[in-house]
This record gives sequence, structure tokens and C-alpha cells, in this order.
Amino acid sequence: MGLFVAQILTGLANAAALFLVASGLSLIFGVTRIVNFAHGSLYMLGAYFGITLMNTLPGAFGFWSAILLSGLIIGLIGVIIEICVLRPVYRAPELFQLVATFGVILVIQDLALMIWGAEDRLGPRAPGLKSVVRIMGEPVPQYDLALIAITPFILLGLWWLITKTRIGILVRAATQDREMVGALGVNQSWLFTGVFFLGSALAGLGGAIQLPKGGADLLMDLNIISSVFVVVVIGGMGSIPGAFVASVLISVLNVFGVAYLPQSTLVLMYVVMAVVLLLRPYGLFGREEKAGEHGQAGEPDRPIRPAGLYGRIAVAALLAVLALIPVFSGSFTQVLLTDIIIFCLFAASLQFMLSTGGLVSFGHAAYFGGGAYAAALLVSYSDTPMEIAFMFAPLAAGLLAILFGWFCIRLSGVYFAMLTLAFSQLIWSAAFQWYEVTGGDDGLVNIWPAKWLSGTNAYYYFTLIVGVGGIILLRHLTHAPIGYALRGTRDSARQAEATGINVKLIQWTAFSIAGALAGLAGGLFVFSKGSIFPNELEIAKSFDALIVVFLGGVKTLSGGVVGAGFMEVAKDWLTRLEYWRLILGLVIIGVVIIAPDGIVGTLRKVSERIGLRRTEEFMK
Amino acid sequence: MNAVLKVSGLNRFFGGIQAVKDVTFEVAPGELKALIGPNGAGKSTCFNMLMGQLPPSSGKVFLNGEEITGKPPRDIWRRGVGRTFQITGTYQSMTVAENVQMALMSHHRRIFAIRPYAYKLYREEAMALLEIVGMADQADRACAILAYGDLKRLELAIALANEPTLLLMDEPTAGMAPKERIRLMQLTADIVRERGVSVLFTEHDMDVVFAHAHHIMVLNRGELIAEGTATEVRNNKKVQEVYLGGGMLFNKEDTHA
Ligand SMILES: Nc1ncnc2c1ncn2[C@@H]1O[C@H](COP(=O)(O)OP(=O)(O)O)[C@@H](O)[C@H]1O
Ligand SMILES: [Mg+2]
Repeated sequence: MGLFVAQILTGLANAAALFLVASGLSLIFGVTRIVNFAHGSLYMLGAYFGITLMNTLPGAFGFWSAILLSGLIIGLIGVIIEICVLRPVYRAPELFQLVATFGVILVIQDLALMIWGAEDRLGPRAPGLKSVVRIMGEPVPQYDLALIAITPFILLGLWWLITKTRIGILVRAATQDREMVGALGVNQSWLFTGVFFLGSALAGLGGAIQLPKGGADLLMDLNIISSVFVVVVIGGMGSIPGAFVASVLISVLNVFGVAYLPQSTLVLMYVVMAVVLLLRPYGLFGREEKAGEHGQAGEPDRPIRPAGLYGRIAVAALLAVLALIPVFSGSFTQVLLTDIIIFCLFAASLQFMLSTGGLVSFGHAAYFGGGAYAAALLVSYSDTPMEIAFMFAPLAAGLLAILFGWFCIRLSGVYFAMLTLAFSQLIWSAAFQWYEVTGGDDGLVNIWPAKWLSGTNAYYYFTLIVGVGGIILLRHLTHAPIGYALRGTRDSARQAEATGINVKLIQWTAFSIAGALAGLAGGLFVFSKGSIFPNELEIAKSFDALIVVFLGGVKTLSGGVVGAGFMEVAKDWLTRLEYWRLILGLVIIGVVIIAPDGIVGTLRKVSERIGLRRTEEFMK
Repeated sequence: MNAVLKVSGLNRFFGGIQAVKDVTFEVAPGELKALIGPNGAGKSTCFNMLMGQLPPSSGKVFLNGEEITGKPPRDIWRRGVGRTFQITGTYQSMTVAENVQMALMSHHRRIFAIRPYAYKLYREEAMALLEIVGMADQADRACAILAYGDLKRLELAIALANEPTLLLMDEPTAGMAPKERIRLMQLTADIVRERGVSVLFTEHDMDVVFAHAHHIMVLNRGELIAEGTATEVRNNKKVQEVYLGGGMLFNKEDTHA
């Protein structure tokens, strides 16, 4: 009984920081409809600033002022981000904003590395609250009790702010009906900035207040962001009480998970999230809302046609050059090109569902990594010949996509994206924590190709044929009736349903095809590296694909492939620099703001404007 | 039992508001029937229940004697109902011809085909339909750059793709110039005559309604208050009250979504 109570108390104490961060994210989403992936970075900055301030300000007073000051500073940093990065893209599709916030993550990571260095920092302990109290015989840290006491006040404070003040009324109005704020004569952009300040300050407070229990390190941004999303989604996006209940739920669940099911703490969280999304798609306290447009705002896509003669000649020439690479360059180039082709196929598979279908997935890595793991498991446990294991990769990923897709396509917009994220995290946590089978962090190794493919040359050609074949297949499908139907469901689901098309079935099919081809890329990947680790299933991997599709151009057919090629080459260059994330992040933010049509889209527009290319006949 | 469409006791609530009250009517084969009524009367809600976009709170809908209440729109379409919407919902990223080809691919059950290029499939059939509505010369333009009136004509061509026995047209001429309206309704009347299709349409331009409709029904606050020929409806006391007494002008432009 004593242990049980102690565990509940630990869970409640852990909920404090989680609630602070999650309520900030929820507020920002509720008012601005921006899914701020950089929220975890603000939390991390809060922790670093907290440590620096705590080391300068003395005593208990210094400790608590340091926490408040960190919140203030992070709030101001949030304002800078809002004004410089997000304001220019409020009118853009949500995907663009998302990509912009991902650029911010990269920038902040390197800035933190520059300022605070790479070593993990241990948080100072709170003056006057350093010992433990015995409750029913179990030791409970005093600081935990302090956190438990503080959290309700934060909740009450926020509740007061939202329900009793003029600002709060505006925030609520904006959360419920965005047009209304304009009607109230409020300057909407300052309201957004204000909310960003508040939300960021909460994240900063969360980062600083958890210091005595944790510390600060450069991984905490992405580590917390997935729990925060789980909390916000379970609680209902935009709901503060929801964030509170869900924080407590998840934190307590985690503590008990660690105690009784140490192998499945992470899985548990995502299972809860998936179940909530399926039963109550808008979260426990969220309200139903019409799905926003995803990736489809702005001018409509143009009609498409298969490549003409010149296009085909250009592609054939490129392929000829690629085929000749082994003749006049070394194995280093071939390895790089192998990576590029694999990534291009992965990106193309995402683009099929994202651009053509308007289905924005945050968890596409599940199928890439899933396929890779499927093949690797077959090789590791049953000595399956490589050829069969390789073919199993797209098959397994496709089956996984059929299973997960069945649930996901029931939702739309942000909620669809969140459920895809939940499922991919589920797979990731299984790979990460099911040590006996997947090797956990150590991954699965010694997954080499068959003899006839084992040379660098041979595997390069294999990748070239399979990879390019997959990309061409996807492109053909886009032009085939199934691809057109998919585009139709994206353009106007109502029209599609009213002309005999089963919208959900089409979307499910597209989801499965995209999954299978991501799995094909995963199969190529695992045998090219000889190993597979859980990081191929991470959120960051899913985002890589999202980012390159966007960089290449969402409203184009070749954007994913071009973006992926560009990104891999750029990374190959940039990673030689110490602060390459900073540069990459700035490039991403720059593209979002300056060239939202992406590389291909911008080239097309520019060449039309200067007369290099005729405007397509459709557009006259 | 030979009515194409039979509607009995249709009701629909939105929260506490009853948008459609006990609506009962029939549409005979080859009939061109109008459903008129002031803005917010419940016309679009009725249409949405006829084709499955909205489930009725209660009541039944029969198509050629078979019950279709609550079936999804795609099933109802397969049974031979074509529909145009008050706000057009064509595929913006496709050309005019491709929009019709999509409906044809669906009609011929080729949606899941993976071999052929979609833009080549049923091109001739699509052109023939576009010819009927006078849109053939714009076949290869992107839908996104069409004028609104042209989109309405395109929608009609799409609605004809599955050789329907019944056409539901919600405000087919909204947003068109007066001359264009008359031409579109003339076209619709011709289609009814030549193909034997039944048409149920809503309209707020009374000239159009009185010139073409065989029968007119009047809906007010969700209730049918009159039904009959043009003259009968025009002389109906209740109708005059709704349209004149209620401050509604016969030609008032409808901007309601
Ligand atoms: N989805 C909905 N939710 C709530 N009320 C609705 C909805 N759709 C229509 N209504 C209401 O039902 C009534 C009838 O609307 P509608 O059928 O569009 O009228 P009409 O097409 O005759 O102009 C209106 O009062 C409208 O506000
Ligand atoms: Mg209407």
C-alpha cells in the first residue's frame, strides 16, 4: 500500500512539468492552429537557462526566481520565433508551418550546443527541499511534494486567466471561432503573439521546474515532444483541463509501467493514445471540429500528364549516367548514391499519399523501419535467404499499413496525422524496448545481402533497379485511375462519394501502397547497411521524409524525389561542418518563407515567367 | 408504384431545430419538378437526404420502388441518381474532360485499374457529354480557372455520366447571368424530353421555374405548403404570403450557401 501511494505521488510530481509543457502546446494549437513541433525545444531551452540562472542566483529565492525568469526568457524567445518564422506562413497550409517549426528545432539544437556544450547537465537541487519525507514508510522526495502542491495552482491560474480575464475570453473565442475575433475588433496577429508568449513561457517553466528531478541535455527536446503530443491529443487539442488530466494519466501510467511492465512503458502510452483517438477522435475534452485543409491551401494543384518525349529522354539520360557511375567513380560515390536512391523511394512513397491524396502522415517511418525490421528479423531468427527476406520487407510493411491505415483513415486532418504518429511510435517503442527479440538499442546486425549482391557494384545496381523501379511505379500509379481517384478524393470528397467512389477505400488503398513502397525502401536499406537500429523508426525519420517532400514541392509530382536527392547531397556536405543543423534549419525556414512552392515548383514558375517554359495549355 | 422517386414523411433535426418537417412527394418518370422556397427553407437539406449525404431523422425514400433511405451517396448514384450541388464540388486539379472521365471510370468500374493512363480512358464519351452542355471547346482547361457558370454546366455533364434515371439539381443556375440561366434550363428541359430522365431541381429564379417546371412544390420553414402547376402555385394564398408578405421578392438573388 505504501509503495502504491509513493508511486502515485511520483506520477503526480512527474505530471507537473508535462502539464506545463502540454498546456502551452495546447493553448498555441487552440488559438493559432499551429502544431508547434519546436515546443520541446523551448522546454529544453528552459532547462538550460534554468541551470545557468540557478548557478548565478543564490539560495532558495534565487532558485525560484531562476525558474520564473527562465519562463519569461523562453516566452520572449517564443515571441521572436512567432514573429520571424511563423507570421510569414500563417496563411500557408499547415504542413508548411510544421516544416518551419522543424527548422526551428534544428536551429535551437545547434544554438544550445554552441552555448552549453555537448555534456549533459545535472540539475541543481532545490534549496530547502533536498531531503525525503517518509509517507507510509516509503521515501518521497520533498521536491516531489512541492511540485504536487504547485501544479493545482498553475491549473487554477491558467483557468482564471482563460475564464476571467479579457485576454482569456479572446483566447477562448479564437479557439472556438476564428472569424469571431476579427469581428470583436481585435488585432489577431497580436493575439497570436501573446498566446505564443504564454505557451512558450509555460514550456520554459516546465523545463526549469523539472531540473531537480532531471537535468538538461540535448536530446530532451525530441524526448519530451512525443509525450507532450500524446498528452495534448488525449486531453483534446486546445483544452487546458484536458492537458491536466492527460498529464496525470500518462505520468501515473508511466510510473506503474516502469514498476510492473518495464518492457512496455513506452508502448503503453501510445496504446492509450491510439485507443482514445479511436473512441474519441477529438480527445477527452476536445470539441469536434471540421478538418482543416492539409497541404492543400493556396492555389490548386495543376492538372498532370505523363512526361513527354523530352522528359523521358532526360530521365533516360540521367539513368544512363547513374548506370555508368561504377565505371568511373569509386565505391564512396556508389554508397552515397545508394543512400540517395533509397531515400528518394521513401520520400516518393510518402508523396504519393501526401501530395496526391492529401493524407499528411507524421509516422511514415513505421513502414520504412517496419519493412527493414521485418526482413532483418527473418534473417536473424530463421536464416531466411536474403532474396525472400527482402521481398518480405514490402509485404510486411504493406500489411502493417493495411492494419494501421484501417484505423487512421477514419480520422482526418491533424487527428489523422496524430494517429499515424501514435502508431509509428508504437512500432518504435516495440523495437526499442522488446530487447529479447529486436535487440533494443543494439539493433539487429549481420543482415547482409546474398553472395551475388554482396559487392558494392552489385548492390548499387540492385538498388538502382529496384529503387528507380519503385519510383516509376508510384509515378505511374499517380497517372492511373487509382491515382486520379485519389486526387479526386483530396480535391472534393463529396463529389467523389456522389459519383460512386468509396473515398475511405481509396484512401486506405493509397495508405497501403505508400506503406508497402516505404517498406521496399526499408528492405533496400537494411541490406545495404547490414544492420538496423530503432532510430530508423523515430519521429525524426518520418520528418525527414515530410521535409524533403515539402522542399521539393508538395504540389508537384517529382518534388519528393528531387527534394530527397537535394537533401542527401546537402547533408553529405553539411555534416562535415560542426554546426550543420543550424545551417540546415535556417535553409528550411528560408525555403518555407521565400519559396513555398519548393524546388520543383519554384523552378517551374520561374521558368514560365522568364519564358523558358510555356505555360501549360490547361492554364490558359 | 411507378414513381421514380417517392418520399414519405421525411424529417430532419439539427439539434433542436427542425429543418425539414414531414415532407412527402413523388416524382414521376420524365417529370421536371421544381422545389422552391425562401432561403433556409430546407431545400438543400432535403436534397442531401434524398441522395444520402445526410441521414434523415425519420422518413423513407424510395427509388423506383426500392428503399434507399440512409444508403451512402455512392450506392444511390450506382442506382441511377445524378446530382449537382448548390456549391460546385468539381475536382479543381483536373481538366474539364478529366472531371467527366472520372465519373465515367467510376461508372464503368475502372477506378481500381492500375495499368491504363486515366487521361486516355473514356475520353470520347466524356467529349460527347461535354458537347451536350456546350463545354467541349474548354475540355482541356484546368477546372480551377473556369468561370462559375461553366463549372455549373460541367457539373451537369458529370451528373449525366452514369446515365441516370433521376437528376437532382440544387440551384443549378445560381451565380449565372440571366441569359445563361435560361439556356441551362432549356438544356435541362431538352435532356428530360430526349432521355426520359426525371429531374428534381431547386431554384430561386421564378422566371426559370415558371417557364420550365411541369410541377412546382413550395417549401417554407421545412414544410411543403403548396404543390401544383405554375398557375396553381402562383395563385396560392399561402405562397403569396411567404413570397410577398414575408418580404421576399420573386427574383431575389440567393447568396445563401
Ligand atoms: N449542417 C447543419 N447544421 C445545422 N443546421 C443546418 C445544417 N444544414 C442546414 N442547417 C439549417 O437548416 C435550415 C435549412 O437549410 P438549407 O437546407 O440549406 O436551406 P435552403 O437550401 O432551402 O436554403 C437552415 O436554417 C440552416 O441553417
Ligand atoms: Mg440551399
